[in-house]
Amino acid sequence: MDIDKKLVKKIATLSKVKIEETEVERISKDLSKIITWVEKLNEVDTKDVTPVANPSDIKIPFREDEINDGKIEDKILKNAPEKKAGYFVVPKVVE
Amino acid sequence: MQNLKDWETVIGLEIHAQIISKSKLFSGASTNFGSEPNTQVSLVDAAMPGMLPVINKDCVEQAIKTGLGLNAQINKRSVFDRKNYFYPDLPQGYQISQFTQPIIGEGSIEIDLKDGSSKKIGITRLHLEQDAGKSIHDLEPNKSYIDLNRSGVALMEIVSEPDIRSAEEAQEYVKKLRSILRYIGTCDGNMEEGSLRCDVNISVRKKGEELGTRSEIKNVNSIKSIGQAVDYEFKRQTEIINSGGKIDQETRLFDEKKGETRAMRTKEEAHDYRYFPDPDLPPLEIKDDWINQIKKKLPELPDVKKEKLIKEHKISSYEAAILVSDKNNVEFFDKIINENKKRNPKNIANWIIGDLFSLLNKNNLEIKNSPVKAEDLGGLIDLIEDSTISGKIAKNVFEEMFKTKKKAKDIIEKKGLKQITSTDEIENIIDKVLNNNKDKVEEYKSGKEKLFGYFVGQVMQETKGTANPGIVNEILKKKLAN
Amino acid sequence: MDLKNISLEECLKLLKKKKISSKELTAFYLKEAEANKDLNAYISLNSDNAIKSAEESDKRISTNTSRPLEGIPIAIKDLFCTKDISTTAASKMLNDFKPTYESTVTQNLWDAGAILLGKTNLDEFAMGSSNETSFFGASINPWSKDNKKYVPGGSSGGSAAAVSGNIAIAATGTDTGGSIRQPASYCGIVGLKPTYGRCSRWGIVSFASSLDQAGPMTKTVNDAALMLDVMAGYDKKDSTSANLEKTNFYKNLKNNKKLRIGIPKQYKNDQLNDEIIKLWDLGIEYFKKNNCEIVEIDLPHTEYALATYYIISSAEASSNLARYDGIRYGLRNNSENINDLYEQTRSDGFGEEVKRRIMIGTYVLSAGYYDAYYLKAQKVRSKIINDFKKAFEKVDIIFTPTAPSDAFEEGSKIDDPIQMYLNDVFTVPVSLAGLPAISIPMGLSSNDLPLGFQIIGKSFDEDSVLSAAKIIEENANFKKEVG
Repeated sequence: MDIDKKLVKKIATLSKVKIEETEVERISKDLSKIITWVEKLNEVDTKDVTPVANPSDIKIPFREDEINDGKIEDKILKNAPEKKAGYFVVPKVVE
Repeated sequence: MQNLKDWETVIGLEIHAQIISKSKLFSGASTNFGSEPNTQVSLVDAAMPGMLPVINKDCVEQAIKTGLGLNAQINKRSVFDRKNYFYPDLPQGYQISQFTQPIIGEGSIEIDLKDGSSKKIGITRLHLEQDAGKSIHDLEPNKSYIDLNRSGVALMEIVSEPDIRSAEEAQEYVKKLRSILRYIGTCDGNMEEGSLRCDVNISVRKKGEELGTRSEIKNVNSIKSIGQAVDYEFKRQTEIINSGGKIDQETRLFDEKKGETRAMRTKEEAHDYRYFPDPDLPPLEIKDDWINQIKKKLPELPDVKKEKLIKEHKISSYEAAILVSDKNNVEFFDKIINENKKRNPKNIANWIIGDLFSLLNKNNLEIKNSPVKAEDLGGLIDLIEDSTISGKIAKNVFEEMFKTKKKAKDIIEKKGLKQITSTDEIENIIDKVLNNNKDKVEEYKSGKEKLFGYFVGQVMQETKGTANPGIVNEILKKKLAN
Repeated sequence: MDLKNISLEECLKLLKKKKISSKELTAFYLKEAEANKDLNAYISLNSDNAIKSAEESDKRISTNTSRPLEGIPIAIKDLFCTKDISTTAASKMLNDFKPTYESTVTQNLWDAGAILLGKTNLDEFAMGSSNETSFFGASINPWSKDNKKYVPGGSSGGSAAAVSGNIAIAATGTDTGGSIRQPASYCGIVGLKPTYGRCSRWGIVSFASSLDQAGPMTKTVNDAALMLDVMAGYDKKDSTSANLEKTNFYKNLKNNKKLRIGIPKQYKNDQLNDEIIKLWDLGIEYFKKNNCEIVEIDLPHTEYALATYYIISSAEASSNLARYDGIRYGLRNNSENINDLYEQTRSDGFGEEVKRRIMIGTYVLSAGYYDAYYLKAQKVRSKIINDFKKAFEKVDIIFTPTAPSDAFEEGSKIDDPIQMYLNDVFTVPVSLAGLPAISIPMGLSSNDLPLGFQIIGKSFDEDSVLSAAKIIEENANFKKEVG
């Protein structure tokens, strides 16, 4: 499948990765090549095959409902690029 | 304008209910409401690199309980998916939710309508998911502040079938769902604090025709707003269609102040959440044993309780429905009747639904915060039944109780409101009244029988209303016949 | 005393006999690391704290309260979060990130008395097979010669270069599609990827959650067993961690285990050159000599593993890396607008390969393409897992080359992603199936560069993997001749 320029832009928007107009062509070729390469999978008959999300057959472990975390706001905020009064701060978000 | 009677609304509701639990769905941080910013946040909730989710067993149990309360299918195997999107209060860049395989499948609830009919509303599914954090926009003009205290709190999203046809049905559905959640203790149902949030999917069509294009109304966060939003949308959508327009499939916001819905600022990109199974979490497997244990612990549900009230206490279906609509009502009722089995259930129900509710409403109070406690109302009812006071006086006493939180007995004693039942005492008062009104007695005897009421009134005035009206009538008739 | 070519096992003995102190050993390796900065194996060294820890270890040794790895300085891939110590994932995005927490695996190592020497270089966010995607520049294969720079492999290239270049006694790596085994092969050391679930993933910067697994990179098979005994273990903070009994790989190691050895016919393809095939046959002889039975096996979906792997790992990565948004930690390129902030931060913070994989991953998960790519890959993954299951009905371990070639020159493949991905052709199927596998050095290529071979085991049967590796190790008698 060809990933055309329009699709490249859509993918970049969804990925929140800024790409320059001058790069679109190159990325389109680049991604198309890889996608065409992985389309090799179409050769495999996967009718009635159950998809696998994780190779392990580990059963989900449960946690008891106890409060044993939190109250570490210093640690939570320690690496924040911008913070104030205990909050993370970002440019105004318009809803 | 065409006749609106030909049109009908088709409504489906998505309810987000915050699960009652001490800690979050995937971390051990507290779920308490209203703490200092970012104090109830674990490394997992802040999505620090390399952090992994571990599920809270109680939250799963709460979802199963709710599923049982909704007569729904409990799925023995369900899967957590990631819903990917960027938002400042979504630290992971995805919400852990359930998409194709939710923990709870189809179910239904029954709602009671004003015209006395009832209707079954289908539940499509219930799934577990994480809440996001909170963005605060008004602390600084060009900045938003992010608090992650709510990030990771467990929610149940409960999706109804598009079975709802009117504002009333939508409101009754939410009320009923809320009452079930409260009965089984899985969500406190507090809409003001956001523990219960509602999105309304609504379309209109000419009766019998295909489904129309729907709008999704967000932020409809009170029972009143649900009614307003539905009515507003019905009007808006029918007007557009009647004037030859087309409904856009869009997300709209409900504006509580204006009672209107408005289109959200359209995003440049369409949402594409790229759901896929969360590789950090194995599938959620639930054994029959566990479900059976939960079933045994499940409290009585409102519908069952309602039947019991009708059967055991012979109260009307209408009264029973009102009582069971809130778990606290029933508890209030049960407390009064259990304290003294001789009390008349019908009277108790009348007092709760009538005088108590009217005063609570007037004062904007919930029954659990009622100044008149169940045992005090019980005491008042006893005093009526043993004729210590009349029903009429009781109403005044009750108002006084509500105001002062005093017991009925004390108010009656202090104000001398105890009913006079002694025939001698009443006879004396009547004699006095008749003596003072000899002219009126003559008039009565000569045929002006209307004056009987006047005499009763005089006696009551004389006794501040405490004379037993039956005895007063009896003696008065006897005396005037002479 | 030659502290340079010493194994972890030998170090433990010398420390125990008090022939050397941990302080001497640690100081020696810090000095060697400084002296070999041109290898670019380390992103950061833990100079001050390492000496302090070594002094504490010496105290313990003198009071006979030693723990299993007491006083051994080791290198940690800079993908493991280390408390208050810079953890970069070799990305500009995390250049200034100091975690407030310690990964479970590294905590296990410190609790056993090991000492952090430094954090090693890697491909950015572990995405790469050559170390060239590192924000800090590629680490160099210590076997480089003739004024040419050869890659150490990737993504755990820094760890491999450190152990091979004798500037660490042992190291940790992580393996998603071959990131421990391939660099081990290129650098002539032992690299073990345990069964998925054996080591906790908690505190390791995630690349692809259903594939990532930590493991040891060492000079000998015995050292790998010693390391893994400490690294492995159940962790209730990781829902995919296996709750098994305490392991004893070192004690269970045998050099004469009778094993049924599977040789997958699909791995002997045309692209494989003669010298690798020759070495492979030699390895088969070693097993035969040890009375092992050789069985040809069928892994019919091998040729689809790479495509499957790139779809699944990129999909998971696109989501795992969404948290790097410039809000709570890491790089931020400020802007008046939140969307610009995201886009500029992520464009600047991530390198080309990472962005490429994020975009591939986003694409294969997006509406309209999910079924054709992601779901399809999940189904093919199921078939690959099944291939191994069937094969392991007949054999105990599977023996293959680790990589289709020896180390290549820096810059020779970086512009062709697919050529780069092909390095992982033999390691990726194992990763998809979550099985344990080791790379063990066998000999040298005609270019005098190391060639490693891979031994794959059944789920949680690292014992057989290590014992089979021991047979190869003793017979091949591979000696490192550089440095």
